[in-house]
Amino acid sequence: MNLDVVLFTAIASTTALSALMVVFSRNIVRSALWLLFTLIGVSLLYFLLGAEFVGATQLIVYVGGTMVLVVFGVMLTAQQQFLKIRIRPQEWMVASVLAGSLFVLLVTTSFHLGEGKTSPPTEPMPGTGPLGVGFLTKYLLPFEIISVHLLVVLIGAAYLARAKRRPGGNRG
Amino acid sequence: MAELGLTPYLCLGAFLFCCGLLCIATKRNAIGILMGVELVLNAANVNFVACARYVPQFALEGQVFALLVIVLAAGEAAVALAIILNFYNNHSTVDVDKADELKG
Repeated sequence: MNLDVVLFTAIASTTALSALMVVFSRNIVRSALWLLFTLIGVSLLYFLLGAEFVGATQLIVYVGGTMVLVVFGVMLTAQQQFLKIRIRPQEWMVASVLAGSLFVLLVTTSFHLGEGKTSPPTEPMPGTGPLGVGFLTKYLLPFEIISVHLLVVLIGAAYLARAKRRPGGNRG
Repeated sequence: MAELGLTPYLCLGAFLFCCGLLCIATKRNAIGILMGVELVLNAANVNFVACARYVPQFALEGQVFALLVIVLAAGEAAVALAIILNFYNNHSTVDVDKADELKG
């Protein structure tokens, strides 16, 4: 047992447990909290894999940005009757059977894919420098497309969510 | 298990994916479904970064596409929440079963 295995076991079990709690929490606020722990666990896994820049980006963008958006969405729509919407047991059954069989299939595939890759290569992952050079040379087109895409998406979101004045009402 | 291989990471990715799928399938709150989508995207990202670590040809590519997926997920969350808020303003509910106006 080396340190990597111990750390991976601890982080992965925490992440998996939080992901399960996201699904099984009745209360949407608790789901959001568990999702926060899942995202933090995933970013710790990135650090464990040696991808520091991706881990830091995950922390900043997901945990700092996306989760704040989700929490605001929960708060803006939180009314008692929506916090705990019930679903029927047979829907649970169908969904669980489907997800379980897909999980078995994916795990079988993972064991095939992971054959022979038992230890990571000794050289470290490319860090911020090679990533930046890569984004500005080989992956310039995806980088530009995603920049414009982000701009368009944010303008569209601001347009969709803007406060509308309704005649006869004082709701925004 | 003395050494940590690629398989545990792929299995964790598969588990997160299935949790996300279950979340999408069973939640009726629109924000819950959005959380499921986030879980699915994270599962894909775990696979990307793990393959970047263990397959030397993909060392740069895996990280590049993981970063692109993070940006796409942020944009997706912003637009989805804007749509959910609009739906809530118009219908005063976030239950996706009530969103059936286009049903034939």
